[in-house]
Amino acid sequence: MSETEPSERARARTAFRRAQHRRALLVAGVATAIVLALVAWVVTTAPGWDRAREAFFSPERAVEVLPEVAAGLWLNLRVWLVASVVGLVLGLLLAVVRTSRIPALFPLRMLAIAYVDVFRGVPLLLTLLLVGFGLPALRLTWLPVSAAFLGGLAIVLTYTAYLAEIFRAGIESVHPSQVAAARSLGLSRGRAVRHVVLPQAVRNVTAPVASMLVSLQKDSGLISILGAVDAIRAAQIATTGDYNFTPYVVAGLLFLLISIPLTRLVDAWSARHGWRGGLSTVSGAGGLR
Amino acid sequence: MSGTGAPLLSLRGVRKSFGGTRRRGARGGVAHLVLDGVDLDLAPHSCTVLVGASGSGKSTLLRVVDLLEDVDDGQILLDGVDVADPWVDADAVRARLALVFQQYNLFPHLRVMDNLTLAPRVVHGRPRDEAEAAAEAMLAKVGLAHKARAYPDQLSGGEQQRVAIARALVGDPEVLLLDEVTSALDPALVGEVLDLLLDLRTEGTTMLVATHEMGFARDVADEVVFLHEGRVHERGTPAQVLDDPQRAATREFLRRLHR
Repeated sequence: MSETEPSERARARTAFRRAQHRRALLVAGVATAIVLALVAWVVTTAPGWDRAREAFFSPERAVEVLPEVAAGLWLNLRVWLVASVVGLVLGLLLAVVRTSRIPALFPLRMLAIAYVDVFRGVPLLLTLLLVGFGLPALRLTWLPVSAAFLGGLAIVLTYTAYLAEIFRAGIESVHPSQVAAARSLGLSRGRAVRHVVLPQAVRNVTAPVASMLVSLQKDSGLISILGAVDAIRAAQIATTGDYNFTPYVVAGLLFLLISIPLTRLVDAWSARHGWRGGLSTVSGAGGLR
Repeated sequence: MSGTGAPLLSLRGVRKSFGGTRRRGARGGVAHLVLDGVDLDLAPHSCTVLVGASGSGKSTLLRVVDLLEDVDDGQILLDGVDVADPWVDADAVRARLALVFQQYNLFPHLRVMDNLTLAPRVVHGRPRDEAEAAAEAMLAKVGLAHKARAYPDQLSGGEQQRVAIARALVGDPEVLLLDEVTSALDPALVGEVLDLLLDLRTEGTTMLVATHEMGFARDVADEVVFLHEGRVHERGTPAQVLDDPQRAATREFLRRLHR
């Protein structure tokens, strides 16, 4: 195999591109340095900086409260996991019911529409309060009344509605010609849905569903208002008495520690399965001059 | 090669319109009549080619035969049974026929192999290994055995269409319906698909073909049917219709095509 020597012209172009690339790196570096310096200057010259640093970023306090906050986070993770699984299953079911045209499902379809309208329209906080304080008032003996259970239930109710809408968009994004191809091969309506429509619908909305789940993970902290001792509640308990808010910062960092890898994981997963699609930068192809 | 005996597939006075007042809010206005009383007979092992301008009803005719559209009136007789009757099991009828689409319509989430084995496994209940063996043989036949593990978007247009034809054939259909299967292809890729269809024709596959490839029509057709404004305007052997058209509209169509 003969290696073709690049022409004088090609070498000049390569050199120009390298110079441009170096310039871009330099601009990015300088811009970053300026922004960081500005932020540092504004924060550290603020009149209350010394007290704020002590109250929010005390390393000793952080180490002290870490075990309690981490134990609380374990509850958040369990609520998140259960709520995710239940929400995904129910959301998909709801989306299928809503887009199906089986006559027997008509009442369910109406119910699904009403359900989504209500729980998507009511703030999660309100649902939490109503479920958390309303359900126990019914004194149903078979119903668990722990704050974690009721909080989880409220989150499931709300997120199922969100997820159902996302899955419905996914179903509607599958081209009718795909159904025609499946039916033409002799697949019944149900089989076409199961083997052709749903797999594509779910793949088409992987990214928004994943972002919903990340959002669910952090909203699991809202169960603290019902008194469940999760990471936020644990941090709140730790701040009482000494007005040191470092535990909140610790809780925040722990939440980030979960959600950032989670987001990256989902990005990597969708990239590996070849369903990236779309633009990765707002102006389109990055390499286009 | 000419078909003999009782027709396998017959159309009697098939009418189909779209739009109109039947569905509220749908574009409104009058119905657009696409098929206006079409008669057709297809003998076993014969090939009928549908020609006509875009919008003359070729695609609709094929979709109607495959029961992807309900007819407004008329009969579709498959082995003497009117499958246009709504109480006939349409899934079972569709499983006996196969339609290949202009835009291939492969399943993008499935590998080539799974595109081929989906219907045999799910509809006909064949075990996976048996279905895969049959699919492998069919892929070899269309010259794509090495692409079994690929996803459709990793194939060229011609390869995708050959996979679509293999997917249609693997269910051993009684009639192969082809809807302008080369229209979306690069001219350089048309040949590979037409060669495959010529082979199938030699083997005696019963075909109903809509195409703009007049050379191909001449090679494979027992009968050429010229559709015009939803009606059979002229029909006969390729030599009669393509070389010695009797009617003005047929001549006009062929003249435009050859220009």
